[in-house]
Amino acid sequence: MTLKTFRTALFSVLFFAISIVGFALEDKESSDEKEFDPKEMILHHVKDAHGFHLWDWKGHAVSLPLPIILWTDNGLTTFSSSEFHHDDTGHTIVEENGGKFVKFHEKIYQLENGATNVVFDEEHHPINASKPLNFSITRNVFMMWVSVIILLLIFLTTARSYKKSKDGVPTGIAGFIEPLIVFVRDEIGIPMIGKHKYKRYMPYLLTIFFFIWINNIFGLIPIFNGANLSGNIAFTFTLAMFTFIITTLSGNKNYWKHIFWMPGVPVPMKIFLMPIEIIGMFVKPISLMIRLFANITAGHVIVLALMSLIFVFKSEWMGLVSVPFVLFITVIEIIVTAIQAYIFTILSALYFGMATEEEH
Amino acid sequence: MTITGIAAIGAGLAAIGAGVGIGKIGGSAMEAMARQPEMHGKIQSSALILAAFVEAVALFGVVVAFLQG
Repeated sequence: MTLKTFRTALFSVLFFAISIVGFALEDKESSDEKEFDPKEMILHHVKDAHGFHLWDWKGHAVSLPLPIILWTDNGLTTFSSSEFHHDDTGHTIVEENGGKFVKFHEKIYQLENGATNVVFDEEHHPINASKPLNFSITRNVFMMWVSVIILLLIFLTTARSYKKSKDGVPTGIAGFIEPLIVFVRDEIGIPMIGKHKYKRYMPYLLTIFFFIWINNIFGLIPIFNGANLSGNIAFTFTLAMFTFIITTLSGNKNYWKHIFWMPGVPVPMKIFLMPIEIIGMFVKPISLMIRLFANITAGHVIVLALMSLIFVFKSEWMGLVSVPFVLFITVIEIIVTAIQAYIFTILSALYFGMATEEEH
Repeated sequence: MTITGIAAIGAGLAAIGAGVGIGKIGGSAMEAMARQPEMHGKIQSSALILAAFVEAVALFGVVVAFLQG
């Protein structure tokens, strides 16, 4: 197909997909017709949840409930999140394996004997309930598995097409992936780490580049109703921690000397620089974590806030204003997904390069 | 003057910082592209990446505003 028809098709799909976001937001609270609270709706969509709420069909919610796996005092307790019947206010009690569980704002509490609902004190600690260890398959875990499966499919096919071809020329999807891999090697790996040492770090750099990119893209698709995996700070914390561990473990003598006893400056400066460099050692991965989390979450919040303008103004004509804005922001977000993956990767490569740098 | 209100003002100030930073990057990029049109592609991609760095710093401020309000 020509470039022009491809572009037309892409924009039409994006436009219609974004209009679906408007439907996905029609989720009323359980009993009374409360005033529409955009902040609560946005936070609800950006946070993790125990089931996919796809859409409302004739007043009934179509959803994909995910299993809840808890570790309580009675051992492993598992049940489906559909037993809560979409109740997020802590009123439906599920009795399973000797414990009574309620779900309040997507957190599961185990009620102590005789309680019917969770009561919170001023600091938002529950008085009559405890939180069991929650290993459930939530939305984020499910989406992470989906992206892992897709990545494995893409890259194993790519590797196989290299093996199968007779003279090393790849076919199929490898033709699409190869420039990206060469890009990561030539623009990120070799300039930052150096020609001799980049090979050890290439698997990690390639993995985080594509993993972050795919997860960011999934977060943008409206029908997955906020599969906001890269906007989850625990996820980005883990990735930043991997970078930190690899940087620290591969630091050579020069690296540690630069941190603790910076060469080439007078002794008072050395003492002064030491705490700054130590803090810098920790702040660099933390900034990686916050950068990815904030960029992705901010994008989602902007899209949701613009869509919720329709509900705040309570008129359909607001849609004529909101949807083009949302389309524009979504196009920017698509660029941001790739750029944030690239920035995470290039900064990780820079830290590895600094850790393995030879003496000038 | 609630905490939420002050947090919103803080987020707005962070946005001003982002605007100034990215505006400067954009301005220099435009100038450079006008002086040397053959370097157009490289300048554009570098400008986009540097804008993402500046944006990240502004978003640190927005995250703190979220936490407070």
